[in-house]
Amino acid sequence: MNQINSKIPEGPLAEKWANYKNHQKLVNPANKRRLDIIVVGTGLAGASAASSLGELGFNVLNFCIQDSPRRAHSIAAQGGINAAKNYQNDGDSVYRLFYDTIKGGDYRAREANVYRLAEVSNNIIDQCVAQGVPFAREYGGLLDNRSFGGAQVSRTFYARGQTGQQLLVGAYSALSRAIHKGQVKLYTRREMLDLVVIDGRARGIIVRNLVTGKVERYAAHAVVIATGGYGNTFFLSTNAMNSNGSAAWQCYKKGAYFANPCMTQIHPTCIPVHGEFQSKLTLMSESLRNDGRIWVPKKKEDAAAIRAGKLKPTDIKEEDRDYYLERRYPAFGNLVPRDVASRAAKERCDAGYGVGPTGYAVYLDFSDAIKRLGKSVIEEKYGNLFQMYQKIVDENPYETPMMIYPAIHYTMGGIWVDYELMTTIPGLFAIGEANFSDHGANRLGASALMQGLADGYFILPYTIQNYLADQIQVPRFDTNRPEFDEAEKGAEERISKLMNIKGKYPVDYFHKKLGHIMWEYVGMSRNAEGLKFALKEIKALKKEFWTDVRIPGTDETVNPELEKALRLADFFEIGELIALDALSREESCGGHFRTEYQTPDGEALRNDEKFSFVSCWEYQGEDKEPILHKEPLNYQFVVPQQRNYKS
Amino acid sequence: MDKNINIKLRIWRQKGPKEKGAFETYELENVYQGSSFLEMLDILNNKLICEGKEPVAFDHDCREGICGMCSLYINGHPHGPDEDVTTCQLHMRKFNDGDTITIEPWRSAGFPIIKDLMVDRSAFDKIIQAGGYVSVNTGGAPDANTIPIEKDKADAAMDAAACIGCGACVAACKNGSAMLFVAAKVSHLALLPQGRIEAAKRAKAMVAKMDELGFGNCTNTGACEIECPKNISITNIARLNREFLKAKFKD
Amino acid sequence: MSWLIKSSIGRKFIMSISGLFMILFLLFHMSMNLALVFSLEAYDKICELLGANWYAIIGTLVLAAGFAVHIIYAIMLTLQNRKARGKERYESSSKTPTQWSSKNMFILGLSILLFLILHLYQLWYNMQFKELIGDPTAVSKGSELVVGLFQNSWVVLVYLAAFVLLWFHLTHGFWSALHTIGWSNKVWLKRIKVIGNIFATLILIGFSIIPIYLHFAY
Repeated sequence: MNQINSKIPEGPLAEKWANYKNHQKLVNPANKRRLDIIVVGTGLAGASAASSLGELGFNVLNFCIQDSPRRAHSIAAQGGINAAKNYQNDGDSVYRLFYDTIKGGDYRAREANVYRLAEVSNNIIDQCVAQGVPFAREYGGLLDNRSFGGAQVSRTFYARGQTGQQLLVGAYSALSRAIHKGQVKLYTRREMLDLVVIDGRARGIIVRNLVTGKVERYAAHAVVIATGGYGNTFFLSTNAMNSNGSAAWQCYKKGAYFANPCMTQIHPTCIPVHGEFQSKLTLMSESLRNDGRIWVPKKKEDAAAIRAGKLKPTDIKEEDRDYYLERRYPAFGNLVPRDVASRAAKERCDAGYGVGPTGYAVYLDFSDAIKRLGKSVIEEKYGNLFQMYQKIVDENPYETPMMIYPAIHYTMGGIWVDYELMTTIPGLFAIGEANFSDHGANRLGASALMQGLADGYFILPYTIQNYLADQIQVPRFDTNRPEFDEAEKGAEERISKLMNIKGKYPVDYFHKKLGHIMWEYVGMSRNAEGLKFALKEIKALKKEFWTDVRIPGTDETVNPELEKALRLADFFEIGELIALDALSREESCGGHFRTEYQTPDGEALRNDEKFSFVSCWEYQGEDKEPILHKEPLNYQFVVPQQRNYKS
Repeated sequence: MDKNINIKLRIWRQKGPKEKGAFETYELENVYQGSSFLEMLDILNNKLICEGKEPVAFDHDCREGICGMCSLYINGHPHGPDEDVTTCQLHMRKFNDGDTITIEPWRSAGFPIIKDLMVDRSAFDKIIQAGGYVSVNTGGAPDANTIPIEKDKADAAMDAAACIGCGACVAACKNGSAMLFVAAKVSHLALLPQGRIEAAKRAKAMVAKMDELGFGNCTNTGACEIECPKNISITNIARLNREFLKAKFKD
Repeated sequence: MSWLIKSSIGRKFIMSISGLFMILFLLFHMSMNLALVFSLEAYDKICELLGANWYAIIGTLVLAAGFAVHIIYAIMLTLQNRKARGKERYESSSKTPTQWSSKNMFILGLSILLFLILHLYQLWYNMQFKELIGDPTAVSKGSELVVGLFQNSWVVLVYLAAFVLLWFHLTHGFWSALHTIGWSNKVWLKRIKVIGNIFATLILIGFSIIPIYLHFAY
């Protein structure tokens, strides 16, 4: 399996997907009824895939860890969803959406995949409107759009600040309909513990029932992983508390390649950390940077006085403020892409100009905008975000500038998939944030929702048939087969091993430590020395965890500590792989910034000559270094360029 | 300014659905008022684990007020004493030094307890499955701008669609009624031309399922609206009544 | 039409319609009785008109049926709602700032029912009922009976207390009934609440004048 075959169809870019669909194999309706598909996850990708596959006639088994499919973390997306509708007559097109996404991803994504994504983006909007998603509208009754970073056109569709929620409710309603019709069977409060592989093909999963604690077996002809990203490796992130990388990680351990793990996205506008008991970080929408100006004090003594509570931000005179983004990037100012804005904030804080009690915050100031537009306009545009900020921080952002700091938000890396969204294990598919495919080294705002729904509604339902067409003769699998026995035994051993450690510290103690290592050495800016140090530290911490964690209670009932421990055990390994990948990628691109590889004025320096490839990691066994395979990225249709936001 | 406070917690502990539960009292010192309510419970749980006791089980996930997973009845309010927030957005600055805080699970026949403060809200999924959707298959949808929708109507639909399915309405209702939840979904879809087509069928099916699952009869006390973290209006209930009665009289 | 019994909204619909019917009756009852304030003779004329005539009997039966339905459904709904609330109750009492009457409609209704029994015994039994069964002790001049009754201060106080309870019952009942039959939206919800309060207050004042006036005037 050393040869990487991405199965990109031949032909001109714009015809690849049509060609594929015209020539792929299909499964006839009578045979669909005989085929079972497991979908793990009920977010945008999982719910849309499960409902669409169910509608086609397959028997779908859908799993989620929450009590309801509607609670998947896709629900928290705020800003919007991109599509190349060109309703605004501003020159948008499928090609432009494709080009912006490739460029935004710093030329580390597959051209064919991204083009297909742009192509189906319009169908997504149509589908969602038909489902009753209440997108924002103009007075004339037609759909409204807003602008987002990294694009020169207005192509983002939105539903107030809750676009993710509305899209997920749409997918959830489609899923609910499929459940009602018996096309999909839903299993809630179930967490996938292992993948079952029979004769080299994915044939089932092992899950833990989070209510009864029982380990259960499910068989199918194909397995789809839609379990999101691994951002919680960093402990503090904008992810939900239960978001985790374990399902994907089990697939990796069973032989699926893991691609570009080091490509993690840091979002520049989050509410800063306030103390050691903080459990998660809250995002403030990217749209705030349209009207807010980012600054820190020009003088170190002013910054120190603010930190000590002796000065207020409003005491700092205009000439003593450093609007560092406007200073460094005159052309784009406060609207530079996420990775650039995040690094700039970190640079200022590390240099001692940070504000807030911890010194790890910068100001996002609306006073100019309020003076220019009036408070009521700002309130109408951002009222709900300002209210949310006030509830959390207890300061009024209309009167005093907001404090923000970057935080881990999204992971571009994930399970490697080919053009058909199939992993290196036949019959195992990965969709949404769980796969690596479309965002390269940096994801543009409003593209995650687009990708999740594209995969689930319009891509997987086609490509999975190309695989299943050969499986129609395969009878349903008995879950009493030895492969299931073995997988279940493995899962149970793992659980009992954790339960029996009976050490001193709770799971969070270790997770916070891991998060600290990851953030300090594998976070926004990385270097070889730090990464090597992190690898060593993670290994040591992992060992400490496996000897000193304490999980109370039993495994025969609801046990959130056990759930967390199982996930954390995988986060250690994911963290190691992120660091390893970051170490091997000796260039800076998108969300991956190596301090050794930067331009003289501190910008990311890509190395297309040596690193224009997807890093695909193959698992080799416990504590063995994985093997790196390279999938070359041959840019045939666009020419990679250095990104420039200065002029 | 936020400071550190000492608090006393009275928490409902119940090992399983069929076991008998009781209140346990815990004391916490030096809780930072800037931390969220759930972070305070994290601190308590880590303390309990270190003392060799079982931590308190409670549902939570996104911790930014949108997933609807958190569900605590705090000092006589679903989601606690702050306005327009879920439990995860409630902060300790709403409490004072020396306060006793009573934490209970959602209580309703429709939401049986799983453990401690966790309840089973799958009844809500069942109600949605009965008809809370527009019957369209993937693919074949017309262009999104084919049917213009009045902005007022789209906005009203969005107001109703903001429901996060947390169940605070049922928890607040002295009748254990799920009318606000059902009304929000029926309104959201009935206001849009895409959902209008099935409106009568949907209202009947969802109300029938709601009744079958043992939720109570609405008596318009309005408690649901007051406690709803997303400000869903009870005028949606009037719309549901209208839709339902219209459908039934037509039959 | 089994949905009127089987579905929650159907049951509430019956409750609303029967309630609205009684609201109309109250208005009618009050207008008739206010005659007492202006002229005892007029009142007696009305009593004669509404005595043991076929239309008065039918009216009484329909009214009684309306009351019965309202009461039976109230009991049914209350029992169902108690069950829906679950076996375990909250320990901390609800702090949700709802209207007091909205949460106590059953108790209010029950108290009004007790008053109604007293009221029926004191007046209707001696007037229409006895006339119906041909009892010779039936009172022919209603005004005498009423005026006599309200010379007792305690009776006046009990009646006034009952009117206050009725006021509470109506401040919620009026708008709630309209809301349940779907006659409400963002604009009208506020209006029907105000109209309901005005109506309840008119009923309170209108009915209260009678015992007070009769007590002090005779």
